[in-house]
Amino acid sequence: MQHTLSVLVENKSGVLARVAGLFSGRGFNIQSLTVCQTEDEAMSRMTIVVNGDDAVLEQVSKQLNKLIDVIKVHDLHPNTFVETQLILVNVNCSSKERSEILQIVDIFNGKIVDVTSKSIIFEATGSGEKIESLVNLLSPFGIREMARTGSVALHKGLQ
Amino acid sequence: MGMTGAEVIVDALIKEDVKAVFGYPGGAVIDIFDCLYDSPINFYLVRHEQAAAHAADGYAKATGKPGVCLATSGPGATNLVTGIATANMDSIPMVAITGQVPAAMIGNDAFQEVDITGITRPITKHNYLVKDVNDLPVIMKEAFYIASTGRPGPVLIDVPKNVQQQRTNVTYPDSVKIRGYQPTYQGHAKQIEKIAEAIKKAKRPLIYAGGGVLISGGSEELLKLVEKTRIPVTTTLMGLGCFPETHPLSLKMLGMHGSKYANFAVMECDLLISIGARFDDRITGKISEFAPHAKIIHIDIDPSAISKNVTVHVPVVGDARQVLADLNKIVEQGDVHAWVDTIAAWKKEHPLSYSDEGDIIKPQYVVEKIYEVTQGDAIITTEVGQNQMWAAQFYKYTVPRQFLSSGGLGTMGYGFPAAIGAQIAFPHKTVFDIAGDGSIQMNIQELATAVTYKLPVNIAILNNNYLGMVRQWQELFYGKRYSGTCLARDKTCPKKCDVPGTQCPTEIPDFVKVAEGYSAVGMRITKKADVEPALREAIKTKNVVVMDFVVSREENVFPMVPANASLKQMISGIS
Ligand SMILES: Cc1ncc(C[n+]2csc(CCOP(=O)(O)OP(=O)(O)O)c2C)c(N)n1
Ligand SMILES: [Mg+2]
Repeated sequence: MQHTLSVLVENKSGVLARVAGLFSGRGFNIQSLTVCQTEDEAMSRMTIVVNGDDAVLEQVSKQLNKLIDVIKVHDLHPNTFVETQLILVNVNCSSKERSEILQIVDIFNGKIVDVTSKSIIFEATGSGEKIESLVNLLSPFGIREMARTGSVALHKGLQ
Repeated sequence: MGMTGAEVIVDALIKEDVKAVFGYPGGAVIDIFDCLYDSPINFYLVRHEQAAAHAADGYAKATGKPGVCLATSGPGATNLVTGIATANMDSIPMVAITGQVPAAMIGNDAFQEVDITGITRPITKHNYLVKDVNDLPVIMKEAFYIASTGRPGPVLIDVPKNVQQQRTNVTYPDSVKIRGYQPTYQGHAKQIEKIAEAIKKAKRPLIYAGGGVLISGGSEELLKLVEKTRIPVTTTLMGLGCFPETHPLSLKMLGMHGSKYANFAVMECDLLISIGARFDDRITGKISEFAPHAKIIHIDIDPSAISKNVTVHVPVVGDARQVLADLNKIVEQGDVHAWVDTIAAWKKEHPLSYSDEGDIIKPQYVVEKIYEVTQGDAIITTEVGQNQMWAAQFYKYTVPRQFLSSGGLGTMGYGFPAAIGAQIAFPHKTVFDIAGDGSIQMNIQELATAVTYKLPVNIAILNNNYLGMVRQWQELFYGKRYSGTCLARDKTCPKKCDVPGTQCPTEIPDFVKVAEGYSAVGMRITKKADVEPALREAIKTKNVVVMDFVVSREENVFPMVPANASLKQMISGIS
């Protein structure tokens, strides 16, 4: 099962390696990991998406909690959190195709960030599924390059 | 003016009441050594950094206070690694200080640079690379706090040379608060009530006690609990001494080389109360068949230890001593008479035993004699292998912190330096390292340390000329193919040999000469009748004594539960 862990950590060097080491040491592949400092600059929030059975994930959460630099760990339950990703895509775009592509971009609430005579770069945000379907729609035109963040997630309401 | 980083470190050691530091110098720690020179702290120069870590470990395990070791950057630091990993597996409070190349050179493959915080990340409770001397006072305070609280463990502090030389005005803090680290000591009252209820109802309860009881200082509360409830107690290797093995309700050790009656009790009990133990695979055997009829209670200070290997019915996160104390206030005895009788009968019928005939020395006999001669009052350390298991089986441990052994990592070479640490902590106690002929050679250079500091450690080598425990596995599970385990082999031997005999090449080394080479006392004992006199002489001797007991070569440790088999499937040997 897929788990989204929201981990509040000290904003210090070496913390990422400690957290990542817990996963790699157990042969776990992290699907995505995003990290940035929070409203309090002494802390960072990591959003980690992993696949694994619940018992193993429970053990990983406990191990994360054991790290001195980890302040709080939440294994976010489905439907209790909001999640979003960001993608930057560079697509082939001849003048013929331009209007079709712009339409797609529009549907996905994307924003054009760079245009050349042969290509176009835009950004879009949304759930993993939304980003996935955007990529599918664009691939026939030829995706030159893309960069995509993993999920960032927050619990809904107060906790 | 303030203090230099090196002064901060030594000042912190003094403020933390550190009496002994074990270490080895080098370019990256000269500044710290320079400060130690004027300080009241006793510095012990070992002959290999691994031994510094093990000695600190032995000191810590014997006293309950953090052990401190100190090494230079690069190879000095990497030599500590096995000792740190050993301490980590056994929850030993330890502070390891390493020198590092100057901060500006880190990452440049500078001379004797190694990323020791990277290397030790998975084998420490926490570690630090100090980049700013102003952080050092807080880091030192945190290190001691983290190492010695909660589930203890080793903390490493890596200090670049320039940080040792820079000055700071920051003073040593009185206390620390770490928002990500708040160990739970108090067990949940509701859960403790549940334990009491379960005990009241159980007909066949069993306590399975581990190192956590010793670490928390919970032995007295455990004894109280047993006196109130008459529940029998079996312990892990790390728990030996947490409950007197001379007590009628002691079942000694359980698991792979545990007593038959302890393992029977696990298989038959209807309530298993685990206290400060972690259901290690050497304890449980085949996990799905462990304690099949039992409701399981697990008391542990480390939440991640709970429900890791087995499904636990009543988890209690807390300090063993506190939880036991709270439990003792409300607990009542259940109807255990029949069970206690069954257990007494098992103990009578299946004692730990070995066949002892002729004049050849049996290793078990040596351990029994050590028990007799020291009247059960010695600190016993062990190496790893058969010697370790015999030491566990045939000495009767009655007091906490009496038995020091590398349980989790199983580090050959642990016992002798640990004995040095223990002897320094308790100068007037008799200390024995029960050793194997293989293991002792992994840190034999420490004879120099023991001799120079006049530490009268006794080393009893159970010399079977084999890496005996591995040979035992080969005998039992690999068709007696003694590949790489005979220590008497030389070039003249046939390629394959499973028949040790009198024509075997002379053993290397001659331990008596080795001892004498270090100005220690060496003895070789080949006859049973000479065992006791030799031991009596050794404990009177004010010097290090190396006793080379030439024992029966192919003796096996029994009972034995093969790896991953059910505790039911005990191989008995002769007993
Ligand atoms: C550092 C290390 N290397 C290898 C092993 C694997 N090992 C476990 S027991 C053992 C044999 C130990 O031989 P010895 O010290 O002579 O003890 P004996 O079993 O003969 O009593 C070995 C090699 C280990 N535990 N530690
Ligand atoms: Mg041996």
